[in-house]
Amino acid sequence: MASRTPQPKGEAAARARVSSRAVQKAADRAAAPRIEVRKTYKLYIGGAFPRTESGRSYLVSAKDGTPLANACRGSRKDLRDAVRAARQAFPGWAARSAMNRGQILYRVAELMEGRRDQFVEEVAAAEGLRPDRARPLVDRAIDRWVWYAGWADKIAQVLGSSNPVAASYFNFTIPEPTGVVGIVAPETSSLLGLVSRLAPPLVAGNSVVLITSEKRPLPAVTLSEVLATSDVPGGVVNVITGLKNELVPVLAAHVDVDALDTWGVPDALRTDVDLAAAESVKRIARRPRGVADARFDWTDDRAAERPEWIAAFLEMKTVWHPIGV
Amino acid sequence: MPDVTSETKLQRIGSDNAPSSWGLGDGQAIPWEYAPAPESREIVTIRDRYGLFINGREVDAADGETFGTVNPATEETLTQVAKATPADADRAVRAARKAQRHSWGQLAGRERAKYLFRIARILQERSREFAVLESMDSGKPIKESRDVDVPLAAAHFWYYAGWADKLDYAFPGRVARPLGVAAQIIPWNFPLLMLAWKIAPALAAGNTVVLKPASTTPLTALLFADVCRQADLPPGTVNILTGPGSIGMHLVTHPGIDKVAFTGSTEVGKKIARGVAGTDKGLTLELGGKAANIVFEDAALDQAVEGIVNGIYFNQGEVCCAGSRLLAQESIVEPLIEKLKDRLSTIRVGDPLDKNTDVGAINSRAQLEKITELVESGKAEGAEFYQPACDLPEVGYFFRPTLFTNVAQSHRIAQEEIFGPVLSVLTFRTPDEAVEKANNTPYGLSAGIWTEKGSRILSMATKMKAGVVWANTFNKFDPTSPFGGYKESGYGREGGMHGLHAYVRLEDR
Repeated sequence: MASRTPQPKGEAAARARVSSRAVQKAADRAAAPRIEVRKTYKLYIGGAFPRTESGRSYLVSAKDGTPLANACRGSRKDLRDAVRAARQAFPGWAARSAMNRGQILYRVAELMEGRRDQFVEEVAAAEGLRPDRARPLVDRAIDRWVWYAGWADKIAQVLGSSNPVAASYFNFTIPEPTGVVGIVAPETSSLLGLVSRLAPPLVAGNSVVLITSEKRPLPAVTLSEVLATSDVPGGVVNVITGLKNELVPVLAAHVDVDALDTWGVPDALRTDVDLAAAESVKRIARRPRGVADARFDWTDDRAAERPEWIAAFLEMKTVWHPIGV
Repeated sequence: MPDVTSETKLQRIGSDNAPSSWGLGDGQAIPWEYAPAPESREIVTIRDRYGLFINGREVDAADGETFGTVNPATEETLTQVAKATPADADRAVRAARKAQRHSWGQLAGRERAKYLFRIARILQERSREFAVLESMDSGKPIKESRDVDVPLAAAHFWYYAGWADKLDYAFPGRVARPLGVAAQIIPWNFPLLMLAWKIAPALAAGNTVVLKPASTTPLTALLFADVCRQADLPPGTVNILTGPGSIGMHLVTHPGIDKVAFTGSTEVGKKIARGVAGTDKGLTLELGGKAANIVFEDAALDQAVEGIVNGIYFNQGEVCCAGSRLLAQESIVEPLIEKLKDRLSTIRVGDPLDKNTDVGAINSRAQLEKITELVESGKAEGAEFYQPACDLPEVGYFFRPTLFTNVAQSHRIAQEEIFGPVLSVLTFRTPDEAVEKANNTPYGLSAGIWTEKGSRILSMATKMKAGVVWANTFNKFDPTSPFGGYKESGYGREGGMHGLHAYVRLEDR
């Protein structure tokens, strides 16, 4: 590099000199293995990526036991912060026009498409799959956003009604979002299951606090990075990783959470979650009777894409007005 | 806008000589007499004793025990009804299960429809009998039971009858299956109407039911058992258990029940939600309310006054969706209150069976005590108390229409559901303040909006956290119109296509 060869003269010569040095540097680097820049997996609260306030983490391993990362072991306080952020974000998100909400959720699909390879790698590692088996799951997760995004400006027409009351009144029923929805994500399907539970309350106009899969949380964290760079406003989705035994009871008992999706609640916690939810009359969307989380086939579009799952997080409002002159 | 200053206006309100549209002063009794116009009791035969209705037959409670049901207007015990035991509840659930599996649940939708049409017709044919019995057992004025409760109950059966064979069109792309056996627990404020709200959609969808009426108002449900027999409804399709609240809880936690539907207080609703915790039982709750009736300065005031009166004094205010908080825009609060007081002086409180009666008897002594206690708290907390000078009957549980002005949001009478003829008046300046105050409650059942401005109606209707919004009207009900709450007023809807959803399981076609 510093050899004393005869120097060409002039500007062009100087440029050539620099470029030959760069080529040499690159060659040297290729010879030594590159040190990978690892990602810190953080929480996603109010549009920011804080570490857990508790300062705790837990080791996430691949299915074969290979350590993958230290994930945040979120705390009660993190959850409360997330609920506060979700409550703040709710009115703005609910007030978006249906078409706008649909476009924003479609945009999430666009951005996921751009990170397809990263998701394939993470899902493969999390779920112990070969990349060629993980790829269809990622593709399906992207397609699921598209399917739900399209519902944004249609669900009110399917679920709403104009009601022929037996007196001189104009009477109609329209769906409105419930509010802050707590989601306990499926434990097994780290991305496709997660997206399938997250998209319905979002397209309905709710804000969400999501507890990820405990053992397979990393694709969810990457999804939160997608959400952060999409047009989904900060606070509309909040993502907490950690131990379900610690987090789920706090979410279920929080009085500012209006509804729960309990799909991923461990069986041992089920009754306690229902009891806690009863205290503030929370709406609960349950896993259908007889369905096991670990065996549910999220790639079955007919079973895994349902407008009822949007409806579970909608309130029906009926308005009356007299007809007269 | 009135052309007087608020000061003189206030003096007028407080003055006995103040002129008004009725020519009445504040607090004066109505100057003309109404001749008594009692509805005949003859149409109703009340037996000495009633049993439970299980598997199509009237049976005594397992231990033979009974309890009395009282006419709240006379304090007389009308009759004795069977007091169901857990063993009776088990029998009723078994009967319902058998009917669901082998008779009712096997019928084609179009056959179920015909039974429900029959029930609707019989209710219409026997409407006066039901109305009189309802008024005697519950204390509600005959004109309400005759013109509202009974016709609406029949209309509910009529409406859902037509759905029984059209479920495929209610849930496009899906097959609606019945849930099985439903436990239904209903309150005492609209005994027959709530029975209809519960039973009609359940049967239309192919479920069978075990219904528990409120312990103070069992009689129209027991008369309905007779309607089921007249309609030749397959035995076990409808079972009726009279008894205490503990029988309701026994049903809620019963393993043979697939679905629970409850209308009543938020406190008991939470207990019921705890009762089904950890199970796959379906649950719908229609709970309490503390509705705001919001009157803007551009409202048609006379119409608004009628709406306010209907909102809070209809059915003695014993209505979950009652407009118990009046939110009046500051600029019109004085003329509005004056008109309201004027109108209150014409309200007739008394014999529920008198066709002129507007406000009947409070349903029970316990409820009267609860209302009295909350009204005392309103006085003690400093709100301004007003009642018209009307005579009350000497016996019976009666309470004068009551108005509190200068109510603060923190007062108990602005926060707690009173379930009586008591209106709390608060004020606001801007629409945003009205929204803030209206939604400042854990409840979210209903709301009222009074304004002549269409765009404001739609904007306010959108901002109300309430399942039913009445604009320039109040307390209107219809079988086609979904009804139910936001927040702690419960979940699920009754009425309309949405009311079917609570009674079906959707499967892939």
